[in-house]
Amino acid sequence: MSADLTELYQQVILDHNKRPRNRGKLPTANRVAHGDNPTCGDQCSVYLRLEPSTSGTPARIAEISFDGSGCAISQASASLMTTQVKGKTAPEVEALYKNFHDIVTTGNAPEEISDLAAFAGVHAFPARIKCATLGWHAAIEALKAEPHETTTESHTD
Amino acid sequence: MLDVQKIRADFPILHQSVNGKPLVYLDNGATSQKPRAVINSLVHYYERDNSNVHRGLHALSMRATDAYEGARARLAKFINAADSAEIIFTRGTTESINIVARSWGHAHLKPGDVVLTTEIEHHSNLIPWQQAARVSGATLKYVPVLGADAEGGLDLAALDQLLTPKVKVFAFTHISNTLGTINPIAEFCRRARAVGAITVIDAAQSIGHAPFDVQALGADFVSFSGHKMCGPTGIGVLYGRRALLDKLAPDETGGGMVSNVTYEDARWKPAPERFEAGTPNIADAIALGVACDYLDAIGRDQIAAHDAALSRYAMEQLSTLPGIRIIGPRVGAERSGLASFSFADVHAHDIVTFADEDGVALRGGHHCNQPLMRKLGLTGTTRASFYLYNTEGEIDVLVASLHRTLKFFGTT
Repeated sequence: MSADLTELYQQVILDHNKRPRNRGKLPTANRVAHGDNPTCGDQCSVYLRLEPSTSGTPARIAEISFDGSGCAISQASASLMTTQVKGKTAPEVEALYKNFHDIVTTGNAPEEISDLAAFAGVHAFPARIKCATLGWHAAIEALKAEPHETTTESHTD
Repeated sequence: MLDVQKIRADFPILHQSVNGKPLVYLDNGATSQKPRAVINSLVHYYERDNSNVHRGLHALSMRATDAYEGARARLAKFINAADSAEIIFTRGTTESINIVARSWGHAHLKPGDVVLTTEIEHHSNLIPWQQAARVSGATLKYVPVLGADAEGGLDLAALDQLLTPKVKVFAFTHISNTLGTINPIAEFCRRARAVGAITVIDAAQSIGHAPFDVQALGADFVSFSGHKMCGPTGIGVLYGRRALLDKLAPDETGGGMVSNVTYEDARWKPAPERFEAGTPNIADAIALGVACDYLDAIGRDQIAAHDAALSRYAMEQLSTLPGIRIIGPRVGAERSGLASFSFADVHAHDIVTFADEDGVALRGGHHCNQPLMRKLGLTGTTRASFYLYNTEGEIDVLVASLHRTLKFFGTT
């Protein structure tokens, strides 16, 4: 196996692919968004419960889950994303995504970013960048989405 | 038997390394590679004959026009069209089908009519009909595919029910780009004729792989792309039966397709010019004619036999892989030169990335066939598609690569 491929399929990624965290629908969710990668048919839905703040600070993600199907990179990235954004506000998530985007497009990972750095190997495979960012896009969309009273309806589109 | 080593020598692109391994090109369903003769034709045209066609009276324009119209005649012969005026040059299969769906559909479809197609069509023979049905108020119906893995082909009993006199057009593929299913198109044409429906055949996957005779079929419209049959990208053909083309309004208007123009009105030239507004893709049309020469010198019946043998070998080898789900005709059944498969625990894109490391070019995804994927409960498959320059040795490389990938992901 080449160094590039070993770098792409890091142990962290394989682990999240095999044992995804926060996978499935979230019955308590009040925000949901769906991401599609039309070139490969990968799909990712992100469910989150946004908890409004009482003190005037931005709302925070109290709970999050994802669902969908796709390659190891997209599934692991969505799984890892859910563990990273829990407890964060929308601006914090967007800032984190910017870091992540830099990592997957340049391959340079700042030292303070631990697990997300596992995706640095993606930069050597430009066609896979969209796989790595699919879950993040869905999460950011979900943060912008209209509040849902009930989120049990399925997203089949 | 094809002399594959001799054929491979004709394709410069095959002789290279990818990621340090010899290239194994198994993505012919997406596009084929080009023999040197086709590449040389493009160079020759631009270095010697380049000029606009049908307009100039100078030497270059006459040479270009002769070569362009010569290519049209060559394509007519390639599919045994009765008349070269029945060959319209287009950008490819997609544009060809869109022309029929818009021009013919606009003139003939009305509420209450049925547009019949099948569940295994490429998006390019599906969406234009969705649009035509939506605009006209006609109803779109699909011939179902049989089997949990679409292994049973199209449901011919359902076709009996669906093919009523309400059907005005029956659009179907010759060979499925996703399944490798070979449809009984002669039977489809015969049965469509019996109810007065016109036939629109998507021959993109078959035209460069097997003999094709529009007159024997009694086909009304046939679409195909040059780039899947050893020709250049950006050129394709819409074959239309003369009697239908003569009554068809143009889809695009402009220069080159009119006989007389006033400030108030315009009159159209007959086919094929009526459907080729603007300066056509001259160089690529000529090169496509050269691709016809190349394929016929080898023999499309020979190529079909070679495809079938490779497909048989690939199916035998692939079916030994643990956990593989093969889509389309079962091992041993008739299928075109492609294999489409999935694994429960390893996604097609991961397989394609690993295969690329071994120099193997595959396609992973929904193959422009999303409704079928959904029906089969898949988001995508991995596809290996073969052509005249592929070998059993290359299939061995593929299978070894798949073994390594499965091992890496811990499924074996």
